[in-house]
Amino acid sequence: MKKNMTYHKKKIWIVFICCFGILMGLIGRLTYLMGFRSDYYYERAQDLHERERDIKAARGEILDAKGKVLASNKTVCTVSVIHSQIKEPEKVIETLSEKLKMEEAEVRKRVEKISSIERIRTNVDKAVGDSIREENLSGVKIDEDYKRYYPYGSLASKVLGFTGGDNQGIIGLEVKYEDVLKGIPGKILTTTDARGVEIDGIGETRQDPVPGNSLKVSLDANIQEFVQQAACKVMEEKEAERVSVLLMNPQNGEIYACVNVPEFDLNHPFDLNYKADTSALSEKQKQELLNQMWRNPCLNDTYEPGSTFKIITMSAGLEEGVVTPEDSFYCPGYKIVEDRRIRCARRGGHGAQTFVQGAQNSCNPVFIEVGLRLGVEKYYEYFKQFGLLTKTGVDLPGEAGTIMHKMENMGDVELATVAFGQSFQITPIQLATTVSSLINGGKRVTPHFGVSVLNENGTMGKKISYPVKKGIVSEETSVKVRAILETVVSIGSGKNAQIDGYEIGGKTATSQTLPRSANRYISSFLGFAPAKDPQILGICIIHNPKGIYYGGTIAAPVIRSIFDNVLPYLGIEKREEIITPVPTEG
Amino acid sequence: MPEKKHRDSFQKTDMTMLVLVLILVAFGLTVLYSTSEYNGRVRFHDSAYYFKKQLFATVLGIFVMYVVALIDYHILIRAAPVAYLLSMVLSTAVLLVGQEINGSKRWLNLGPLSFQPSEFAKVAVILFLAWQIGRSSGKTSGFWFMCRTMATLLPIVGLVGSNNLSTAIIILGIGVVLIFVSNSRYLQFIGMGGAGIAFVGIFLAMESYRLERLAIWRNPEKYEKGFQTIQGLYAIGSGGIFGRGLGSSLQKLGFVPEAQNDMIFSIICEELGLAGAAVLILVFGTLLWRLCIAAMHSPDLEGALICAGIMAHLAIQVILNIAVVTNTIPNTGITLPFVSYGGTSVVFLLGEMGLALSVGNHRKLPPA
Repeated sequence: MKKNMTYHKKKIWIVFICCFGILMGLIGRLTYLMGFRSDYYYERAQDLHERERDIKAARGEILDAKGKVLASNKTVCTVSVIHSQIKEPEKVIETLSEKLKMEEAEVRKRVEKISSIERIRTNVDKAVGDSIREENLSGVKIDEDYKRYYPYGSLASKVLGFTGGDNQGIIGLEVKYEDVLKGIPGKILTTTDARGVEIDGIGETRQDPVPGNSLKVSLDANIQEFVQQAACKVMEEKEAERVSVLLMNPQNGEIYACVNVPEFDLNHPFDLNYKADTSALSEKQKQELLNQMWRNPCLNDTYEPGSTFKIITMSAGLEEGVVTPEDSFYCPGYKIVEDRRIRCARRGGHGAQTFVQGAQNSCNPVFIEVGLRLGVEKYYEYFKQFGLLTKTGVDLPGEAGTIMHKMENMGDVELATVAFGQSFQITPIQLATTVSSLINGGKRVTPHFGVSVLNENGTMGKKISYPVKKGIVSEETSVKVRAILETVVSIGSGKNAQIDGYEIGGKTATSQTLPRSANRYISSFLGFAPAKDPQILGICIIHNPKGIYYGGTIAAPVIRSIFDNVLPYLGIEKREEIITPVPTEG
Repeated sequence: MPEKKHRDSFQKTDMTMLVLVLILVAFGLTVLYSTSEYNGRVRFHDSAYYFKKQLFATVLGIFVMYVVALIDYHILIRAAPVAYLLSMVLSTAVLLVGQEINGSKRWLNLGPLSFQPSEFAKVAVILFLAWQIGRSSGKTSGFWFMCRTMATLLPIVGLVGSNNLSTAIIILGIGVVLIFVSNSRYLQFIGMGGAGIAFVGIFLAMESYRLERLAIWRNPEKYEKGFQTIQGLYAIGSGGIFGRGLGSSLQKLGFVPEAQNDMIFSIICEELGLAGAAVLILVFGTLLWRLCIAAMHSPDLEGALICAGIMAHLAIQVILNIAVVTNTIPNTGITLPFVSYGGTSVVFLLGEMGLALSVGNHRKLPPA
């Protein structure tokens, strides 16, 4: 037995002091980790514990002028399984394959896969989803989701557009008004354990989604449907390639109908609207075909307007005072400009005629003469003043600009061709908008579909305003242009657009597409009514019709049948003179 | 220490030490229940699965502590060689017929109970060294004596270290501390320290996986194997000053693997914050102080060495455990005394505490 010596005690004390010192050092280390580094680790831990789930926001609806729903949402379900929560795998496999009409092997593969959550099927009808939910199978999750649904199928397809997988707009109004329609998605933040199982008691942070606002448009489903039928009819009869009809209010720019047949099915926008074997095509080629199908020719494509453009030459001439309606002209069947001999549509010539008669006859030499009287500079100035060099600002994506000569490259020959609507290209909507401003007293309106953004409860919300430019032409010129165009329909080349009881103004056009040798024509007619106070302006463009291709013969009757039905629908009454005729003067 | 107080406390149970031990045991059980609740529920459908086993071991341990405290440690010292031989037999047995859990053979199955011989080895080594140093007639300051004493430890270090390196390090640590205490010199220990560092360096460089551990230690977020460390750090860091509150840890929900074992200190930090963790460390420190006092008050060297050995054992485990959990040193599996899950560990720790109490209870003036 040995004594516990002093040096022993001293050394024990040293050991203790060392250990205690180290312990204090560890407290220091902890202070660093838990004090200074706490935020960093806390955040990292938070990321680890929280699972974020998005809640989709319901997309706003698109409503027509009468409140009919053009684009809506359908509730669909996504069926998924959570492997760790499944209790009766066989029953789950059997039920799911039966209800979802899927191969048992495929369902089994997904059910038996060890993953936190496995998606079995998306876009399941709500009724099917509900029936699966009623089975109360543990581990089977039914999430509701929204899918865009277009009740009218192909109606106004190229105007409305459609949405993609995440309900985002792809083309048309759906993309233009994306910010209005989309809403704000909500979020669910849940705290889970390492297996991904939600922890009770801590609760979830929920951020409710804000549904998108609904958009009211000027399009009227009834008018659109009728116009579409009329367009389809003429396309079939004339075996035309395609037909576009645009119907708008020349006073405020509201578009009532924008038909481009053939349309496509908005509920299946990735199926071509014609029979085609695409199996040999590459993805890029297929996409190109779809892009072509989705185009809206009223504003995405330009064309040579032809004789309808004489309205612009007429207005410029009258406004500048280089011509009056009573001025007399002589048409020998051609006009020589510099070294060129430019022919009139009527080879024999129209002979002696007034300016008004020249308009009724759609006589090229008359309008060449008016153009030449204005001269390149003045003509170009009016071209610009009428807004033809700027886009109309229509609320659809991808509006094409005007393709026009540069002023310095324009000689009299170019001027002569432009004067009767050739050698340059504009969009149909540009023509409709420009003519609107010439016949409505000189205000250039912005053509548009969107009228107002509705409140959450569906009541009238914010009205959308569009720019209006005044003073395009004088009121007097506008009156004269309306009067001349009325006679074009009542006694001139547009007489196929006449309707008893209505005064209708209009202008026909027949243009040849490039190359001229292909003998492909565009027949068109632009009409408006009532002629004295235009409330509606329509333009019908038939691409590549077979047989007779004169605009006055095939396009004017389309506008007539549309006006015949739409004018009463819009509450524009027939002239009373028809019911109680009054003696006409002179 | 003033001489008067020394006399007053002669042959008296150290109540402070006893209370500190009971506080640690109660705290350990509480935290263990909180930490293991999730794992018990998920794996055994019983929230109290780990708690119940630990409670049983603790009750047994307290009984052992009581009995040992009553027995005169001079009698126990005499049994030291037998205990040391027994620990070698058991450590050999575990290598041959041991039960493998989590990839290491550390347990002997005795009917419904399992037993970890390495825990017993630590106590046996403390007693054996106290016996050996106490009986040696010659000087204990010689270099030869140091080497001889260390050499007697090598068999058990080898046996234990073959599958439980951490415990072998603890045993070596205890050995070094006791030899240091028994020796009147200082200088040669500085040389020994240098040699030890060189040895550790060579040891680490020999096996590439040990170097990998170093790399993980320096940058745990970059390595897959740093997962446990980084999860521990997330737990510690997200505790802040006052913690999420007892029972509110999120990291114990499967993020920190086996949270009730080596990493339990990180969950204490998360639930009780810096304040709770610092208090726990101070409680350990106070217990070490009581053990130090007990060692210094022992009239004979054997009693002093027993208490110093126990102090060394406790200090090494607490320091290494907390240092690993806070990623202060590379990862090695050492449990936190009285808190981490482990029945054998708590029984023998409480037995050791009984031994320390016995040293206080049975002071005899050595023959002059």
